[in-house]
Amino acid sequence: MTTNPALILIFGALPIPLLQGRLRTAYLLALPLVGLGYAFALEPGLHWQVDFMGYGLELLRVDRLSRVFSYIFFFAAFLGNLYALNDNDPVQQVAAQVYAGSAIGAVFAGDLITLFVFWELTAVSSVFLIWARGTERAYRAGMRFLIIQVGSGVLLLAGLILNVRDTGSIAFDLLGVTSPGTALIFIAFGIKCAFPFLHNWLQDTYPEATVSGTVILSVFTTKLAVYALARGYAGTEMLIWIGATMTAFPIFYAVIENDLRRVLSYSLNNQLGFMVVGIGIGTEMSVNGTVAHAFTHILYKALLFMSMGAVLFRTGTIKGSELGGLYKSMPLTATFCIVGAASISAFPLFSGFISKALIITAAANEGYWLIWAVLLFASAGVFHHSGIKIPFFAFFAHDSGKRVQEAPWNMLLAMGIAAALCIGIGVWPGPLYAILPFPVDFQPYTSAHVINQLQLLFFSALAFTWLMRTGLYPPEMRSTNLDSDVVYRKLLPWLVRRFLAVFGPVDRAARRLATESVERLIAVVFRRTGPKSVLARTVAVGGMVLWVIVLLGVYLLLNFT
Amino acid sequence: MRDERKYWLDDRRNVTKVVWGLVALCALLFVADAFYDKHPHFIAETYFGFFGLFGFVVCVGLVLAAKAMRIVIKRGEDYYDD
Repeated sequence: MTTNPALILIFGALPIPLLQGRLRTAYLLALPLVGLGYAFALEPGLHWQVDFMGYGLELLRVDRLSRVFSYIFFFAAFLGNLYALNDNDPVQQVAAQVYAGSAIGAVFAGDLITLFVFWELTAVSSVFLIWARGTERAYRAGMRFLIIQVGSGVLLLAGLILNVRDTGSIAFDLLGVTSPGTALIFIAFGIKCAFPFLHNWLQDTYPEATVSGTVILSVFTTKLAVYALARGYAGTEMLIWIGATMTAFPIFYAVIENDLRRVLSYSLNNQLGFMVVGIGIGTEMSVNGTVAHAFTHILYKALLFMSMGAVLFRTGTIKGSELGGLYKSMPLTATFCIVGAASISAFPLFSGFISKALIITAAANEGYWLIWAVLLFASAGVFHHSGIKIPFFAFFAHDSGKRVQEAPWNMLLAMGIAAALCIGIGVWPGPLYAILPFPVDFQPYTSAHVINQLQLLFFSALAFTWLMRTGLYPPEMRSTNLDSDVVYRKLLPWLVRRFLAVFGPVDRAARRLATESVERLIAVVFRRTGPKSVLARTVAVGGMVLWVIVLLGVYLLLNFT
Repeated sequence: MRDERKYWLDDRRNVTKVVWGLVALCALLFVADAFYDKHPHFIAETYFGFFGLFGFVVCVGLVLAAKAMRIVIKRGEDYYDD
């Protein structure tokens, strides 16, 4: 038996509150790296079987797919811990280790029951990263987050029970949407993966977490869902269309959103779309693309959230309408942010280029011209809002006059490492390609590919510039934009209130009628049988005798007729 | 902390220089379409300067559509704070 490396983080979190100062710092940095080393050393295979109520649980399945996700999860946990060092909040530190650990545990789960347990544990542990913000707003956002995440787990459990009834198996392999059970599991994964109309918990709650909490949240929950979909639903054609929708619609919101961490949440949703398309196509190349994109995405998205977190940490705000000109006082953060922006935009020599190319080329190879065009549109769009808007409105645009300190050393170091990897993977994609699930036979750096991508990006930049110079670009303004969360935050409460307003009087009238009828009945019965009723009246003996004689007389009469 | 230093980008003329630099780069990339072997999957890819024009048009469309969306979906910042 070999232990699941996830337990290193989950149980390793326990002593954190007891450690102090440098010892805790060293411990937090070492813990995920020990886990990473352990994951590297694992041989492929099934390593840990446990018998549970007649079902064989597979607590540690190591194969190429689970391995690559575990590597990036452990490494992201390390970056998150480094970034959060200056915060030094034991609650968040414990929550982050348990959260990262349970995501890794889920990735190594070989059966649906184990997956379910870790799936719920990610929900319960991650909500503390939102609550740690300490505001009423964050508390309520955390409650919404928890209800939706736990709800996803409940659907997973229901689907797993139906699936066991149908097939008798709890194995977590290729499922496909073939029965009510597998459909429920699909929806459970879809909620965590932020499918259209199931997506809004992401944009609603991630920006409400703490400075480091958002960075850590951005890594695990959604990419765990991508992993689960890649494992269970590769080649499900529906996913191509779902994914293409996900790449396209969030970017419209991103253009007009003012909270820059919310802009990044919308672009996170858009990037998940690319991965979902790759899963839906289901060829070796496209699934490789999905895994590679999840890998590079975790790094550049965390980097972008780190840079915006540093801005929030130093200036106290993250609203585009109040920022600008920060390159003067936070030049290093601005530089790292631009590296992240170039990576998410898939500039040649940056990491997004070598991963997204696999997915788009796979879509073209299979002849999906409409999907290809949508992905191209989404690529231009993501450059527009994540590549340009984020660095532009935070660090350039009009000078807000804010002069602050550069980010703390630990944040700069975390951003620097992430930025170096973004460039390193972009320049030298070989090592990443080598750990993907299938062999890679793909050359991202062809002259056609590089020139086409540069054309797409620079003309998008030209469009942005033209719209800014002509004043057509919508200004950043303090606002809330309605998204699907309006359904459960406004519409449903409103419907309940309307329902009560209409049916409240009816209900009250019906109750009054019922009470009055009962009261009247009681009054009648009382009159007939109560102490003053005819039957209860006391009667003189003479009168009684008279009535008996009358009765006997009538009886006699009836007897003879 | 007041910082009165002047930065290169504080001068509007320098910003204009950057914009013209971008225009020149775009022109260069557009012309570059004549000088490499295309391996198209779809007919659209063979049109001259397709990726550049596509990028420009969809981005302008994206921004204007998003701007129009504001009419319907924009609410006050405290919309959800009852």
